[in-house]
Amino acid sequence: MENPLTSIKEGLEATVISLAGGSPFQRRLRTMGIREGKILKVVAIHPFAGPVVVEVEGREVTLGRGIAQRIMVQVK
Amino acid sequence: MMRRIVLMGNPNIGKSVVFSRLTGADVIVSNYPGTTVDFTRGRACFGKELVEIIDAPGTYSLEPSNKAEEAAVEVLEWADLIINVVDATNLERNLFLTLELRERQKPMIVALNMWDEAKHFGIEIDVNGLEERLQLPVVPTVAITGEGIKDLVARLDKAHMPVEVKTTSEEERWMEIGRITRDIQKVTHRHPTAWNRLSQATIKPVTGIPIALCVVLASFWLVRLVGEGLIAYMFQPLFELYRPLAMSLSDRLGSGLLHQVLIGRLIDGEIDYIQSMGVLTTGIYVPLGMVLPYIVGFYLMLALLEDSGYLPRLATLSDNLFHRLGMHGHAVVPLFLGLGCNVPGALSTRTLETRKQRFISATLLGLAVPCTAKSAMIFGVLGPYSLSYVALVFLTLTAVYVAVGLILNRIVKGVSPEIFLEIPPYRRPSPSMVLKKTWMRVRWFLSEAIPFLFLGVLLVNLLYALGVIERLGNIFAPFMEGWLGLPKEAVAVLLVGFLRKDLAVGMLLPLGLEPRQLVIATTVLSLYFPCVATFAVLVKELGMRDTFKATAIMVAVALLVGGAMRLLLIGW
Repeated sequence: MENPLTSIKEGLEATVISLAGGSPFQRRLRTMGIREGKILKVVAIHPFAGPVVVEVEGREVTLGRGIAQRIMVQVK
Repeated sequence: MMRRIVLMGNPNIGKSVVFSRLTGADVIVSNYPGTTVDFTRGRACFGKELVEIIDAPGTYSLEPSNKAEEAAVEVLEWADLIINVVDATNLERNLFLTLELRERQKPMIVALNMWDEAKHFGIEIDVNGLEERLQLPVVPTVAITGEGIKDLVARLDKAHMPVEVKTTSEEERWMEIGRITRDIQKVTHRHPTAWNRLSQATIKPVTGIPIALCVVLASFWLVRLVGEGLIAYMFQPLFELYRPLAMSLSDRLGSGLLHQVLIGRLIDGEIDYIQSMGVLTTGIYVPLGMVLPYIVGFYLMLALLEDSGYLPRLATLSDNLFHRLGMHGHAVVPLFLGLGCNVPGALSTRTLETRKQRFISATLLGLAVPCTAKSAMIFGVLGPYSLSYVALVFLTLTAVYVAVGLILNRIVKGVSPEIFLEIPPYRRPSPSMVLKKTWMRVRWFLSEAIPFLFLGVLLVNLLYALGVIERLGNIFAPFMEGWLGLPKEAVAVLLVGFLRKDLAVGMLLPLGLEPRQLVIATTVLSLYFPCVATFAVLVKELGMRDTFKATAIMVAVALLVGGAMRLLLIGW
């Protein structure tokens, strides 16, 4: 089952299934390590539609809520 | 023609450290992406050959997403040889740029930097294997200690044209990267360290926001501690030693024009360092005795925040607020740099992606972010009355920052992309690097500020002597007295404010203002126009048209806020 990253609870891990959006957007995500097949751990979800912090390969990345919505994942 | 060597790589992986190792030149390095926003040129001598080395801003790919990255792609065109600096702790995603660069068909060598940290993280990389797969020389380096830099230089000659690679699609590149890393990299899982736990605590809102408040308060405390300490134990005693010297010079000069310019007015037969307005009295006391100590304190604090890696966490925590003001969390960087000096602050707006974000960030910077020089003087002038007056000025500036940001977000056309920021690992700041960086910035302050201060003092004397101030005062009297509730002579202060705001704040003292009038004057002085150095950078960064708009906003806001404060504080 594919869900947007924003549906994952803090502290849980999920595998990236696909990225929705134009190719420059996808390229930026991939060059920061967020690619199909990678495991993301949701470190923090900031309130009031604030950013989502994920950990990928031991490195944290801060993503705006709209960006996180376009990352489709599957819970491990 | 000198050969040009360009350093290319992802953001925040130590390109600037490699640059200063190669050239011996001092450059500002920090622990957050986007420290270098423009290219830096330097020279180095390898054997008998003199080469030019260019440090490009970091970029994730050759398709730039902001102005700093655009500069990197532009610089690449000039390269005769590329040193691709790669983060060994993050090989996979760094290799994307490596493969892109390889397709450009220029001689290239790879520096596998942060080699020590990779080992520490349990990452093993087969260097020979990587060389074979890339068909390029690869040298492990630890730029911060200098390890491997000699090897890198020795092997520059081995840098060669990459094998003919046909342009591949992005997907093919990622597949290639997958194959390379699978074969040559081994990652041993390690348990989370104390640094990891600290990282999580400082980025989650529940724990992160209280910690951020403590960090900001501790920063203020540190700046004041250093500033006041330096004044009490160093600068004040020094200026007392200097006083008899200046007095004897004053006696010798008599009462001519030269005395007026060099020493200024004597107050009760004594030199008053703030009010005398001579080049050798006020002209050196304001920058050295009042401002410099806080500059040292501020840059020491900033270096600690930068080098530890805390700023990107603060950017994440404050993203929500900045997003409402039409920017995103990374705007905390221009804000913090701007609190030191607006010039580097305005330059760092380049790391924001769109014109809208850069315009809002630069306008708010010039409007409501007082530099350390100005802040120190506001403390110096209002502090003796009551700290609540000082607080009133800074609270007003904060309110203006937020209110104008909210409005600009509505009316400025364009888009504000969301935050997308890599969080670097925490690192222990190295004392020698922190001191070196503080010294570089203090030196920059001295070389930039002192000439302008001398010029300002000269100008004040000249304008008074020629009667210009009096005439201008009469012209602007209805406005100064009628609207702001200030004496007409205060127009001289606004005039000098173009040159140096710190000097202008000092000029308020001889006017004998009430503390409430001082609050209005210092606030208006902060808002109405950036100093000339900042103005020049705004023109360069925003263009003439947008700078004009930004300035119109500043003047309008200064008028409105000044009038409102007069109404509230003094009454009509």
